[in-house]
Amino acid sequence: MTEPILSVRDLHVEFASRRGTLRAIDGVSFDIAKGEVLGVVGESGAGKSVTGLAVIGLIDPPGRIAGGEIRLAGLRIDNLPPEEMRRIRGKRIGMIFQDPLTSLNPLYRVGDQIVETIRTHLNLSETAARRRAIDLLAEVGIPAPEKRIDGYPHEFSGGMRQRVVIALAICAEPELIIADEPTTALDVSVQAQIISLIKRLGRDHGTAVMLVTHDMGVIAETSDRVAVMYAGRVAEIGPVQDVVRTPLHPYAKGLMGAIPTLAGEDKRLVQIPGSMPRLSAIPPGCSFNPRCAFAFDRCRAERPEPQPRGAQSVACHLYDDVPAESAA
Amino acid sequence: MLAFTLRRAVQAIGVMFAVGIIAFSMFRFAGDPVNQIVSIDTSAAERLADDRALGLDDPVPVQFMRYFADAAQFKFGVSYQFRQPVSTLLSERMPATLELAICATVFAMVFGILMGVYSALKRDTVLAKLFQAVSLIGISLPTFLIGILLIYLFAVTLGWLPSFGRGEVVKLGWWTTGLLTVSGLKALIMPSITLGLFQMTLIMRLVRAEMLEVLRTDYIRFARARGLTTRAIHFGHALKNTLIPVITVAGLQFGSVIAFSIITETVFQWPGMGLLFVQAVQNVDIPIMAAYLLMVSLIFVTINLVVDILYTVVDPRLRSTVGRAA
Repeated sequence: MTEPILSVRDLHVEFASRRGTLRAIDGVSFDIAKGEVLGVVGESGAGKSVTGLAVIGLIDPPGRIAGGEIRLAGLRIDNLPPEEMRRIRGKRIGMIFQDPLTSLNPLYRVGDQIVETIRTHLNLSETAARRRAIDLLAEVGIPAPEKRIDGYPHEFSGGMRQRVVIALAICAEPELIIADEPTTALDVSVQAQIISLIKRLGRDHGTAVMLVTHDMGVIAETSDRVAVMYAGRVAEIGPVQDVVRTPLHPYAKGLMGAIPTLAGEDKRLVQIPGSMPRLSAIPPGCSFNPRCAFAFDRCRAERPEPQPRGAQSVACHLYDDVPAESAA
Repeated sequence: MLAFTLRRAVQAIGVMFAVGIIAFSMFRFAGDPVNQIVSIDTSAAERLADDRALGLDDPVPVQFMRYFADAAQFKFGVSYQFRQPVSTLLSERMPATLELAICATVFAMVFGILMGVYSALKRDTVLAKLFQAVSLIGISLPTFLIGILLIYLFAVTLGWLPSFGRGEVVKLGWWTTGLLTVSGLKALIMPSITLGLFQMTLIMRLVRAEMLEVLRTDYIRFARARGLTTRAIHFGHALKNTLIPVITVAGLQFGSVIAFSIITETVFQWPGMGLLFVQAVQNVDIPIMAAYLLMVSLIFVTINLVVDILYTVVDPRLRSTVGRAA
């Protein structure tokens, strides 16, 4: 296998607060290969967005990367000087944020914002950059781009603005796009369009995508692999059809059980009892143990490490003594 | 856009009309103007002739319309004290006041924005904290005290700058300027600082607060995620978004700078309209006072109009709503 575009190893992110240091990310590892879409799913506060921000180097004080390493196509990027990291942002890693309504500067024409970004990263003339901007707008599906390029953000609808944001994220042909809940703020009908747009762009350009969302439907539709995060750790990671059909981790099972199905009889949706612990009160051992129906003594004492099970990898003591073959 | 401007202009004329009524009624409340003109031994017949010559025997509304029509052509009558047309007196004094006001405003804007941006971006540095402390002084000390302190330090103790007057001035047509001579420029420094200090601290605090607010917004985070340079983010994206409130305050303050330059002009014996006004008050020179009132309100109304139009230049969102409303 060739070298992954993004490789995160044992990442730790901490936030200094008045009540001591909070560990938002606690030993997260994953890879994303060229052209692959990795879905990252979990409850609010599980550390999905922070992981994305850590990769692109936008963790602001009081937060900091406390350990581990992040490699972009082999190059270590978590400890680069700010100026070099800035050159990578937008050029090699593009990012799409949740709310397209507030992601664009309201005082500048969308074209000016695209041209500015292109010219920051690529050595192009004003007119060449403008031509490229029009092409990009056309590529993300904005009608009459040569006219719309001179519009202001408030003249675009939410879905159209998210398309502009995507155009901005891909304008320098990045190898990796981090999409942080790109569809949460949009109408359901627009969501599908944006998802298929991101999917198509990833395929056409061979771009790797890290898709952060709490919508399992979006993940199932888009991703090649999926990572389930819980309380700052990866509970389970694996090919999307395996994780959706045969989730291993009790938390992942709970998540899949909470997806409503069209064929669904009148069964009530399964709920996971309780809620995710606050960062200041993570229980010892497995952080999921207070909510887990299968928890036993070891779960309360010892933290489970990720272990491979077929194509999946799961961090759960339930699989400690079972030989890998019979697990799935 | 044109309809919007016209509507605002009509409103402005309404305001001016109301101020005109107040200015006009000053003449009536301050006693019979003929008393100010005639001497003690003038006969009743002569007084009546004066009354008629000045139009004071006409009904009040007629007198008011005449006053307002004259004022619209910048004819404000004759000063009791100087025996010269008020318009001549004002136009002689206006360049001094305007030059001072503009210098003070430029000083306030330039330093206010620079210090505001700096103290927002480098919040925890010693210099930023010093700026905050200085701004507290600037906001709380009264103007005349700052003027006197500056005179004491730079004119009396160090002897670097003149303590009063405008220095040498050059005549350019009807305009006189102190900007072209060394002594004129030197004379301008202290009054400008005195007059502009309050505005500067106001703008600085405003820019700092707005800047901190804007730097937290999503579009700044997205701009960083696009890898734009820090310079482009701070000065292109963030600063422009702080300008709306700054324009409002600076614009309205420009009006107060002109109107309340009275104190600074008195402290520095600056030969401007403010000083003229103070002398007029002392001598109950009603035509000058009324004309000054009209002038100041005209300036305020004009500035408000300009500020409204400037908003739409900075913020495209207002352009379309204004267009739709019109």
